[in-house]
Amino acid sequence: MGTTMTRIQSKNGVVNWIEDRLPIFSFLNSHTAGYYAPKNFNLWYYFGSLALLVLVNQILTGIFLTMNYKPSAAEVAPGVSAAFASVEYIMRDVSWGWLIRYMHSTGASLFFVVVYLHMFRGLMYGSYKKPRELVWILGMLIFLALMAEAFLGYVLPWGNMSFWGAKVIISLFGTIPWIGPSLVEWIMGDYLPADATLNRFFALHVIALPLVLLLLVVLHLAALHEVGSNNPDGVEIKEKKKPDGTPLDGIAFHPYYTVKDIFGTGFFLLIAAFIVFYAPTFGGWFLEHDNFVPANNLATPEHIKPVWYFTPFYAILRMVPSFFETAIWGVIAMFAAIVLLFLMPWLDRGKVKSVRYRGTGYKVALGFFALSFVMLGAVGAGVSAEMIPKLFGAEADSTMIENLFGRFWTFVYFGFFVFLWVYTHFGFEKTKPVPDRVTMHD
Amino acid sequence: MKTFLFAKFVAAAAACLLTFGTAQASGGAGLQAANVSLDNVASMQRGARLFFNYCSGCHSLQYLRYSRIAEDLHLDPKDVEKNLVFTGVKVGEHANSHMPPADGTKWFGKAPPDLSLEARSKGSDWIYTYLKSFYLDPTRPLGWNNTLFANASMPNPLWELQGLQVAVPKAAEGGHEAGIERLDLRTPGRQTPEQFDQTVRDITAFLQYAAEPAALQRESMGVWVLLYLALFTFIAYLLKHEFWKDVH
Repeated sequence: MGTTMTRIQSKNGVVNWIEDRLPIFSFLNSHTAGYYAPKNFNLWYYFGSLALLVLVNQILTGIFLTMNYKPSAAEVAPGVSAAFASVEYIMRDVSWGWLIRYMHSTGASLFFVVVYLHMFRGLMYGSYKKPRELVWILGMLIFLALMAEAFLGYVLPWGNMSFWGAKVIISLFGTIPWIGPSLVEWIMGDYLPADATLNRFFALHVIALPLVLLLLVVLHLAALHEVGSNNPDGVEIKEKKKPDGTPLDGIAFHPYYTVKDIFGTGFFLLIAAFIVFYAPTFGGWFLEHDNFVPANNLATPEHIKPVWYFTPFYAILRMVPSFFETAIWGVIAMFAAIVLLFLMPWLDRGKVKSVRYRGTGYKVALGFFALSFVMLGAVGAGVSAEMIPKLFGAEADSTMIENLFGRFWTFVYFGFFVFLWVYTHFGFEKTKPVPDRVTMHD
Repeated sequence: MKTFLFAKFVAAAAACLLTFGTAQASGGAGLQAANVSLDNVASMQRGARLFFNYCSGCHSLQYLRYSRIAEDLHLDPKDVEKNLVFTGVKVGEHANSHMPPADGTKWFGKAPPDLSLEARSKGSDWIYTYLKSFYLDPTRPLGWNNTLFANASMPNPLWELQGLQVAVPKAAEGGHEAGIERLDLRTPGRQTPEQFDQTVRDITAFLQYAAEPAALQRESMGVWVLLYLALFTFIAYLLKHEFWKDVH
């Protein structure tokens, strides 16, 4: 199905003139009013449009930030770089600068909130399964590009966490055998994260990765519209059609889902605005306290840890021990944690898409997988390190307990993929019958 | 099933928020609550006066303009120029200290840091507690030490107001080093302890403001934005409801 591009007939001569030369209106129509989506979308189906909303927010606020931000580590006052000072200039002297920056910094965190929920939706309803493998893979590529984009952006204020975060993340490349050390130097353009690093990170953050992101988003949507959206029942709506050829259980994306997404947008903006206006640092989780200190290569922050959205992967990196005299295993495990998600369409051999009709094993495994992600996040953010002395007493070997805890959840994280393959490949899964038509619950 | 999974997700999110709360609370270990409020303009005004009299000799607020203080704290720029600007600069300039960093390093061992963002990096409770935790310590070069920030190079700038505190040592227990039990006021200052608490609270409030002057606009404007969005969302809901009548 996907979209069928039918030529629109307009009373407006200008529109027809353009249509004869470039059928842009027909194209837009075929992807909105002409695109049929299942009518049973639930709450989980808001996050795709919200991710697009946040992307637009990041680009628009980002443009205005670049007008006053200075990508330079040159010292303008004792211990203060031009970059750091320009961020404070935006916060204090640029008209509405504080609002623009908070929208950008809050947007970064909320981007990951909606993307994680969007991805979890895909896991719940089997949206990665045939024929949507490429939709999923393009989505995963967006996720990768987004992580790179967020990391680069985090470095730009050139606070002390920016500096040390950059140093730690770049040094991961140093674990690669043979070329590691020179690769690190090549990435930084110096022996430490320095002016050259900041300059190139700025270029990548404002030009290179946004272009990649936009292209991937277009491809993600194009692939989606080709195969059609999945839904909470995992039923292919195009198998049952009306006489006019449109799906029986489909409704036009515009106006039904545009108007629904406008409502979702309003609700989301309420939450976002509350954070922007009343909790822009979100207690140090969105903007960290240590990043209000200028970058200082002689003063290591007390706890070097990434922003919350990287903490599950950071925990995996930390929990995998070094052996054979190299620390590369943690790096490999961290990347494997993401690569395995790419492979979901082939690891999961189950024929039933939606968790509603899948075996109990899948439901339990998915629950544990989500829990492991949250728990690893807590380990990576240092929450567990703080709680262990309280729970086990100050005398306890907190490193040992944290390692046990973190390794257990790392095991659960990877165990999900192993279990899923075994469970579905060897036919252990007992599924429920899938209905012919989608079901409505509201 | 849908509700079950959603409930599970909410439970996970709640657990996450709970741990978040604990992390925040434990960040305040050993700190006294400053209880400052950006609604209390009088407190921030007193804090500004105290800051420029007692702190600005050494510490800068390099990102804060005097004129901005006047505007935000409802002061006449002329009064600010007369009463707060001790460095002879124009009122539109930043509140930089006149102490050259090299001299600061020579005199104190470390140049006094800029305090523009102190409340953002350390928090207002830290500032409040720190300013109340100085005690006499003859082993230190300047005769002062601090229970919150051991071996701080800064002497107590407010000793005339607070008086002189001395440390009462904790009895050494097996295996543990003797710590400090509490601080006793040996010589009273010009202010009572209650008055001094308020003085420190005022300075803290001013530094809280100085760290993010936009917080004043942010908090007063936010409520209107939220009300607008609530109305927008309500109307959007009605619109959605109307359109979806054909689907149901």
